Amino acid sequence: MTPDEIRASVLECLGRVAPEADPAAIAPDVPLRDQLDLDSMDFLRFMIGLDATLHVAVPEPDYPELATLDGCVRYLAARLPAAPA
Amino acid sequence: MTERRLEEFRMPSLGADMAAGRLVQWLKAPGDRLARGDVVAEVDTDKGVIAVEVFTEGVLAKILVEPDEKVPVGTPLALIERGEGAPAEPVVPPPPAGAPAVRERVRVSPLARRLAAELGVDLATVPGTGPGGAITREDVEAAARARPARPAPTEPAEERHARMRQAIAAAMARSKREIPHYYLSTRIDLGRAMEWLAGRNRDRPPAERLLAGALQLKAVALALREFPDLNAWWVDGRAVAQPGIHPGVAVSLRGGGLVVPAVHDADRLGLDALMRAMHDLVARARAGALRSSELSDGTITVTSLGERGVDAVFGIIYPPQVAIVGFGRVVERPAVVDGAVVARPVVTATLSGDHRASDGHRGGLFLARVEQLLQEPERL
Repeated sequence: MTPDEIRASVLECLGRVAPEADPAAIAPDVPLRDQLDLDSMDFLRFMIGLDATLHVAVPEPDYPELATLDGCVRYLAARLPAAPA
Repeated sequence: MTERRLEEFRMPSLGADMAAGRLVQWLKAPGDRLARGDVVAEVDTDKGVIAVEVFTEGVLAKILVEPDEKVPVGTPLALIERGEGAPAEPVVPPPPAGAPAVRERVRVSPLARRLAAELGVDLATVPGTGPGGAITREDVEAAARARPARPAPTEPAEERHARMRQAIAAAMARSKREIPHYYLSTRIDLGRAMEWLAGRNRDRPPAERLLAGALQLKAVALALREFPDLNAWWVDGRAVAQPGIHPGVAVSLRGGGLVVPAVHDADRLGLDALMRAMHDLVARARAGALRSSELSDGTITVTSLGERGVDAVFGIIYPPQVAIVGFGRVVERPAVVDGAVVARPVVTATLSGDHRASDGHRGGLFLARVEQLLQEPERL
């Protein structure tokens, strides 16, 4: 997957947790919990969504790496097969 | 010859702050057979649209209130025809303790459970067609498709929000006016609980992981078995201990405001089932798909503001309940363990109690029991 495809999937999963959020308005480098007012149940539902969509089960100790949108893309890109050149 | 009798099905009260409701739509038609727990109508309240259940068996005989009509609590909405020999019972009582436990035994595939949470589908209303009656993904999708389209709300979102604030204001002002609150707090070492939780979640997929909030809720529910004076309603000038332990869990709505749906028989649910119930309630609260019994049956409230960086929350009791338990954030603090100063994860648990129903001594014992239970998470 390309980084753009991963970003789109992440935004889709976030949209299911925070449907009122405008994906275009999400700052890539600001903690998602602060921007979208996510609590731990929301964040867990986000993790469940990523697992269902991208088949990446993020271990709890790695959660801090997914604090921002950019962090999510970076973390997932390292664990998903890259798009063919 | 069989004698038939008609009973009124009335607009239920879904909390101390509800005076009236607008009938959104009927989900049953005259002539339809009704079983206990069937959802028969949707009602728009200050807390959103609620699925209203019926707790009697019979046949829907006549509709008295048409969609879009707003009527006060207690107004007859329909007539239900019951057969001879049916036990006399009120038409809108809370469900008996144990009913949710029956629902808990329904087999649901993990995929179906996840999909139901996403779609805001209440699994208790979905017939299963899988092996042994298990609910499958296809069953959930069919239930979502079969759900009648809800008429679009005509009221602007700002007005809805203002209405909800007014309802909360009325209930909280009444609580502060009528209930002599006392407040207690205790700091609980969560070191063992958090360690156990990390180990428990380590090899599980996200959908099967527990949150610390589930442990706290279960500890409160188990402690309440020994403190019926805190698991009570204040009715007609006296505290009435409730037969089931149904803690209401404060869920903030994404558009603002909050609802407090109850987890039925939380003390009897295992941690996995309790976590699933919490997932389900949060998803349906935000999808506007709660059931009337979930809003009317709470016997105590548990609220947590730790996620917002709050150290401790001293809640206002939600009438007719007589207590509210609060949890702050889990944070590392210095503690003395075996003579050495070490960092330990701690949480501040609070109790706001109704002094008419209990006193500080009982409240203190209750918080101590919650603390004790959280030291043995594997037994929750």
